[in-house]
Amino acid sequence: MKIGVVVFPGSNCDHDCQYIFKDVLGQYVEMIWHKETLLAGLDAVVLPGGFSYGDYLRTGAIARFSPVMGAVKAFAKKGGLVIGICNGFQILLEAGLLPGVMLRNTSLNFICKDVYVKVENAATRFTNRCESGQVLKIPIAHADGNYYTDPITLGGIKANAQVIFRYCTADGKVTPDANPNGSLDNIAGIMNADGNVLGMMPHPERSAEAILGNEDGRLIFQSMLSSFGKPELQSKLIGI
Amino acid sequence: MKAKIHVTLKQGILDPQGKAIEHALESLGFKNAGNVRVGKYMEVDVNETDRANADAQVKQMCEKLLANTVIEDYRYELG
Repeated sequence: MKIGVVVFPGSNCDHDCQYIFKDVLGQYVEMIWHKETLLAGLDAVVLPGGFSYGDYLRTGAIARFSPVMGAVKAFAKKGGLVIGICNGFQILLEAGLLPGVMLRNTSLNFICKDVYVKVENAATRFTNRCESGQVLKIPIAHADGNYYTDPITLGGIKANAQVIFRYCTADGKVTPDANPNGSLDNIAGIMNADGNVLGMMPHPERSAEAILGNEDGRLIFQSMLSSFGKPELQSKLIGI
Repeated sequence: MKAKIHVTLKQGILDPQGKAIEHALESLGFKNAGNVRVGKYMEVDVNETDRANADAQVKQMCEKLLANTVIEDYRYELG
């Protein structure tokens, strides 16, 4: 598979995403500078985490007008697979590819820690290698991850099974205490109605290798590959 | 023409920064301070002499970029 990782000024998880797809999962990865206006021959696009444009004005608000975002929108409209992680999720919201906005964490703190998320819908192109209700341990690292939307939109995405991940306890209970940032309904990740665009605040690329002590996040990337019917190649680095 | 633009969170949207400031004011002894809301103030020079045109342009700026109208309101003065 050919994966494009978009690089904005201020992206800082771009190389981690490249590493996972290329070195861990054995795929072809192309780094795409934000000035590019064409995405040719790609199967999937990653909007990585970081602080694009210094988070000026609002997170993701300036990145949304990058030349590459026109191409990402067109790619998504044609059914291309797009995943936005952390700042990438914030950009997808500002770009209108996903509904809602991010508010400041209720604690006002930048939170960097492992959290648990429950897979609410395992029948997607991003979660097909997970079990429904499975609990994944994946780290978050953000100050603006407090998902918010109006009640009508929330009702819509819930009814349509577009809420993909919810913050939960280690044993899978979705409680206020398990919610690190105040997100509406404990929402940690959502998908568009067509099922080809996912945004999530946790960083699966930081938890995708056994040597790092946690490989839950790899399931997301493996699911993306499986959705093309092309499971990952065995890489030298996994040591199999 | 200069536009002076205020962007504020809509009523009912939680404002954790406002809350933190409110608590700080309270601990400073300002017992009468309440309902603190934090917003943004921006100034933009608009190279336009016609007031109606300038107004239309600033409105577009607010709608497209300066405010996220899901959670924020905006208002401006032209001078």
